[in-house]
Amino acid sequence: MTAKQLSVFIENRQGRLGEVLHVLKENGVNILSMSLADTTEYGILRLIVNNPEAGRDVLIEGGFSSIITEVLIIKVPHVAGALQSTLELISDKNVNIEYMYGLSVEEKDASIVMKTNDLAVACDVLRAAGIDTLTSDEIAKL
Amino acid sequence: MIWSKEETLSREEMNALQLERLRETVRRVYDKVPAYRQKMIEAGVSPEDIKELSDLARLPFVTKQDMRDNYPFGLFAVPKDKLVRIHASSGTTGKPTVVGYTEADLDTWTECVARIACAGGAAPTDVAQICFGYGMFTGALGLHYGLEKIGAAIVPSSTGNSEKQIMYMKDFGTTLLVATPSYALRLAEVAREMGIDPKTDLNVKIGLVGSELLTDAMREEMHKVWGEDMLVTSNYGMSELMGPGVSGECEHICGMHINEDFFIPEIINPETGQVLPEGEWGELVITCIKKEALPLIRYRTKDITRLHYRRCKCGRTTCRMENLTGRSDDMLKIRGVNVFPSQIEEVVLSVEGLGPHYEIIVEREGYNDKLTVRVELATHTDSFKTLETIEKSVRGKLKVMLGLDAKVKLESPNTLARFEGKAKRVKDLRPKA
Repeated sequence: MTAKQLSVFIENRQGRLGEVLHVLKENGVNILSMSLADTTEYGILRLIVNNPEAGRDVLIEGGFSSIITEVLIIKVPHVAGALQSTLELISDKNVNIEYMYGLSVEEKDASIVMKTNDLAVACDVLRAAGIDTLTSDEIAKL
Repeated sequence: MIWSKEETLSREEMNALQLERLRETVRRVYDKVPAYRQKMIEAGVSPEDIKELSDLARLPFVTKQDMRDNYPFGLFAVPKDKLVRIHASSGTTGKPTVVGYTEADLDTWTECVARIACAGGAAPTDVAQICFGYGMFTGALGLHYGLEKIGAAIVPSSTGNSEKQIMYMKDFGTTLLVATPSYALRLAEVAREMGIDPKTDLNVKIGLVGSELLTDAMREEMHKVWGEDMLVTSNYGMSELMGPGVSGECEHICGMHINEDFFIPEIINPETGQVLPEGEWGELVITCIKKEALPLIRYRTKDITRLHYRRCKCGRTTCRMENLTGRSDDMLKIRGVNVFPSQIEEVVLSVEGLGPHYEIIVEREGYNDKLTVRVELATHTDSFKTLETIEKSVRGKLKVMLGLDAKVKLESPNTLARFEGKAKRVKDLRPKA
């Protein structure tokens, strides 16, 4: 029920983000969502793509530091409080959310990409509550 | 194995031989080289004054500047028609320094390199790939002749075209690699990019590295990428003195054995010029006592090291010089602290998650010096915490080693420049005083 996220280390230098995107474009890797977190010197670019393994390989070949991380992509209905109640389920089990960002590829629902410190417990909670997640296979078909 | 009996002479025999050769050399340069004669007259010393080895300290120093002032052939002690070879140093600042060889000098050079190659494990069965730049630089041809003398099969592949270098290694069964330590590491990197693991897919068992400092950390890195069973020895020389072959490590890795019957070493205080006793750190000064064309006397190498005369486990009795800590030229003064790039390198190589390449940048901010060390990530992560840990670890270790606060800049792999010859890892951007 988890999905693969592609993470890339990038220096805070002009044009660096563009170089990452260029490598992905040249190799036909399609980006569905992204988040960029940074410090003053560098950042980590996190991407949901149609082919994360290929993305990682071409980036490493291109001289980037890149890794695949397991994340949860949770479907959230367009209803007030939907996100809040999902998060509560997770935090009730003492699972920390390390970061999260949105993914809107479907017309009906929105989705959020979430990294937690305990993936197994988070999965159990969501499964028990009947909350849908997207897998990499499903992402690839979008 | 020991190549020559001169490497095992008793101290008395060695000193007697040195004195005889020193006196002959001093007499000859006094007669044949006006610039030397002038220097000696100014220092108030004549060839007759050299009665014992300790009288060497009475002779004036020769520096790189003397070589430039007498460019190209002014310090040569033979007429030009006796020369059979001319080399020159790169001369990045000002005119290059020119060195010449007579036929006998080339034989001496070959002998000296054969000795250090033999000490480093070379044998007639070796296939020796020489990845030093051929040309005016003495490194490649020096190793070439010495290894050929031993009977190894030479692959003179020079530098560059690293993929092809790896192909030669694989197809020719190279067993011995001659390169700068940084190029040797680079070649391993290229091999891995090609899907070849140097440890298992290649048969390189001996590394003769030189022309650049080999720190302990770098040697460890060499073992990590080329295999634990590789014998990695460093050797020392400089074109002014002859080229490689002045000294080299044996299999016990406990200092570089100096070919003392050709070169007399001294250690001096670089500021006062005073000779320092055995075991003290200072600048290495070398006197060539068996060279015809360019017999430099008390040449200031600018290299910082120290000397030991204890007999080595290998059986050699020659003086050993410790692996260099740096050059008095390379030494950076940052906020009043003496910093050798090799110290920073040691820190970088000791931190998990970083590659062996780095760059040192020194800038002036107001009245303060600012030290920045750029390093390359060798790990992949999704976590800021991991990145911060690496950064903090480098900063903390630099603080302990140098007592300085440095800024650490993490870079993507393959960002920093790679060098095939001598690495240029320092950028001193401070305004010149």
